[in-house]
Amino acid sequence: MSSIISQAPILAIILPLLGSPLCALLRGGVVPWAFTTILSALSFWISIDLLFLVNQSGPISYELGGWAAPWGIEYVIDPLSAFVLLIISGISTGVLIYARESICKEVAPSRHGLFFSAYLLSLAGMMGITATGDAFNIFVFLEITSLSSYVLISMGEKNDKRALTAAFQYLILGTIGATFILIGVGLLYLMTGTLNIADIASQFDSIEDTRPIRAAVGFLVVGIAIKLAMFPFHSWLPNAYSYAPTIITAFFAGTATKVSVYLLIRFIFTMFGWDFAFGDLPLTQLLIPFAVLAYLSMSVVAIFQDNLKRLLAFSSVAQLGYMTLGIALASETGLTAGILHIFNHAIVKTGLFLSVGAMFFVTGSTYLKDLAGIGQRMPLTTFGFVLGGLALIGVPLTPGFISKWYLVQAVLERGDMLGYGLAITMLISSLFAVIYVWRVVEVAYFKPSPDNAPKGEAPMSLLIPSWLFIAAMFYFGIETSMNVGFAEAAAAFLMGGAN
Amino acid sequence: MSFFDHYNYWIFVILFVIGLYTIMSRTNLIKKMIGLSLFQIAVFLFYITMGKIEGGTAPIFVDDPNAVYSNPLPHVLILTAIVVGVATTALGLSLVVRIKESFGTIDEEEILRQEEDSK
Repeated sequence: MSSIISQAPILAIILPLLGSPLCALLRGGVVPWAFTTILSALSFWISIDLLFLVNQSGPISYELGGWAAPWGIEYVIDPLSAFVLLIISGISTGVLIYARESICKEVAPSRHGLFFSAYLLSLAGMMGITATGDAFNIFVFLEITSLSSYVLISMGEKNDKRALTAAFQYLILGTIGATFILIGVGLLYLMTGTLNIADIASQFDSIEDTRPIRAAVGFLVVGIAIKLAMFPFHSWLPNAYSYAPTIITAFFAGTATKVSVYLLIRFIFTMFGWDFAFGDLPLTQLLIPFAVLAYLSMSVVAIFQDNLKRLLAFSSVAQLGYMTLGIALASETGLTAGILHIFNHAIVKTGLFLSVGAMFFVTGSTYLKDLAGIGQRMPLTTFGFVLGGLALIGVPLTPGFISKWYLVQAVLERGDMLGYGLAITMLISSLFAVIYVWRVVEVAYFKPSPDNAPKGEAPMSLLIPSWLFIAAMFYFGIETSMNVGFAEAAAAFLMGGAN
Repeated sequence: MSFFDHYNYWIFVILFVIGLYTIMSRTNLIKKMIGLSLFQIAVFLFYITMGKIEGGTAPIFVDDPNAVYSNPLPHVLILTAIVVGVATTALGLSLVVRIKESFGTIDEEEILRQEEDSK
């Protein structure tokens, strides 16, 4: 057993990666789905083990092929990456339980093998980005995730042909972002002669004043910002989320952008170091305006959406603004709030998108006008959605409140006018969230159902997973020792490494 | 240091900007893909330039203690990036084919007009 656990860092990634081609051979039916779910659950189990192992005995370094670190490729699992690995594999497993009936309806049965093959690739890519300690490997895994996600998003085409153009738009922007990251990594290699993140970080002090390094930081931050859908680079996200198949939207809303937030934290805190990123470079002053604009403007845009999936997508861009703000505050409390919000928002948004997916399963539409009176027709699903909406607003007992609480603390910790101003903008943005959640409630409960609208609740296999996320949300909103504890441990580790 | 001392880097920058401009200015999806390819190819050139050492030979071991080798690592890295580039181009072009089948056009403005109408 102990020999297996010593291989855990690679197992969590290699299982879905090698499972993917096998899955493509499995053709249609239930088999590819079951296979994918089992692999994802195994990854989840390994991630839990890793998280506890890391919290007990410190960061794990795994050398691929037995080659020592600066020469060979190294996987590093530290508190932050273990936490993000857990989020990714957990969300993926929960979403996959939901997938069976929903995917049968949205994707042709003959393509199931290929569909789940792409899904596994995307999962492996995200896990790989999180686990690797090698700068070039990040680019490779990023492209594995991106290429498979373009395919998965375009699969929504059976319901709406706009999925194709959304996938194409994402392909153009995503490739530009990834290529920017590639140039940044190239410039770093040019100056240091190494690709190992720890190695680059140890040399960073002596080279940080050179022009190539400044260019590299610029390319990396902009490249990640595109992948992260940071305002104003978010234009690909609403379309991609609106037209993708249900489970893909839920999966990506919970994980894909979160992995990019992880990358941003990894580069800023581990590689550049705190002093350089927030001392020599004005990253705080650069990121805060974009973060504030993101959650203010995108919350307003969300109010005016008539497609429920699109409304949630814009709200996602707004919530990413909170995470960026947490990072930009450059304090341990801020970083804790940012990491905590990665976790909390992942659970909430996945639960919300799964509820919307259940409505879509029954009514065949996500437009608000078709969902009128859905509260009477599908009481359980709609109630779950409303509870998730409360978390977006940040009502106490929900995780949205916990992360906002920590974020407000971090903002007020600054003790200057900017801090108070930021707290007020967060309050305003929460009020906008009340409006867009209320719009859905109004349509769902106070409008008459359209004539001959389909009645009846969604099947149990859809209802249970979406309620699983809603229930988990309340669990983590009340019993916060786990998520806050791990977020604090990760933040303390990153700040300790920086100072 | 004159302009031409580092002309490889200048070619990289020029190709890079041409590619980016093509992506942004063209409405034809195929031309966009061409711009994207150009944009990626520019980066390949950048990596290859990085590995070159003046007077260095190909990094194949020869029986000469004075031999200077070019750095093989960037070449290996860019081989990976070339594969990624080919995959992206292939996927992008196949999406264009499906778009053409569904919308009957590959002009972005025409597609946008159709999407507006279908709302």
